[in-house]
Amino acid sequence: MILNQFLVLAAVLFCIGVYGVLVRRNGVLVLMSVELMLNAVNINLVAFSAYLHQAAGQVFALFVITIAAAEVGVGLAIVLLIYRNLHSPDLDRVDQLKG
Amino acid sequence: MVAQNVVFWILAVAMVLAAIGVVRSRNVVHAALYLVVVMAGAAAQYILVAAEFVAWVQVIIYIGAVIILFLFGIMLTRAPMGGESDLDNDRKWPAAVVSLFLVGVLATLLIDAFHAKEIKISGAGGLRTLRTGTSGHIADLIFKSYVVPFEVVSILLLAALVGAVVIARRD
Repeated sequence: MILNQFLVLAAVLFCIGVYGVLVRRNGVLVLMSVELMLNAVNINLVAFSAYLHQAAGQVFALFVITIAAAEVGVGLAIVLLIYRNLHSPDLDRVDQLKG
Repeated sequence: MVAQNVVFWILAVAMVLAAIGVVRSRNVVHAALYLVVVMAGAAAQYILVAAEFVAWVQVIIYIGAVIILFLFGIMLTRAPMGGESDLDNDRKWPAAVVSLFLVGVLATLLIDAFHAKEIKISGAGGLRTLRTGTSGHIADLIFKSYVVPFEVVSILLLAALVGAVVIARRD
């Protein structure tokens, strides 16, 4: 296997995640797209760990997984609060700071 | 080598199609289930490069915990379950152009930088003999070299837990 297979796969997944973040209106779906992007980064870290024969990359991937879990918890709490205040999970309606 | 490549491409195609399903699906629950396919595919890719501990952590935390959290989020926000048309905003084409441009730039850059670097599987210095991805090796690294970041992450998890409770609490 060559390293680039994994890197290009991760790049494609990352860009699909970017598309999702830009296009989706539902807060939960935006968080799912962010998870896609974090997963792409993890694939990169593990692929480089295999290429360089150093397990440090895998430890970083574990840290990224932990941070992602924390991020989903706080993110869903925020989406829940938006839903409770605006009666809709639609992020385009969060525009109170707009002049 | 050939068998691993075949498995890689099958998984890669499945993951990309499922990821497109996540961002294109008209049904929120289906998007979460497509996300399960992407996560499981990523875990299988980790096993393919002998990172077994990360693979199982991926299965337990992402498929086990994060997806359940998403499904709870979908239920609590009463997201439209059956075919809703206004899940996307009307900036689809600019977003598609941006992400296609990004994938073009990244792929060109990566292919230019690492065009034929090989991941060694068998033989001396290969993954099969070095076994860097086993739980023992990872545990040695976490609790020797990276013990301070590990403790910091545990504090961060606690803070995120308390923060999520404080944010979502109904006063």
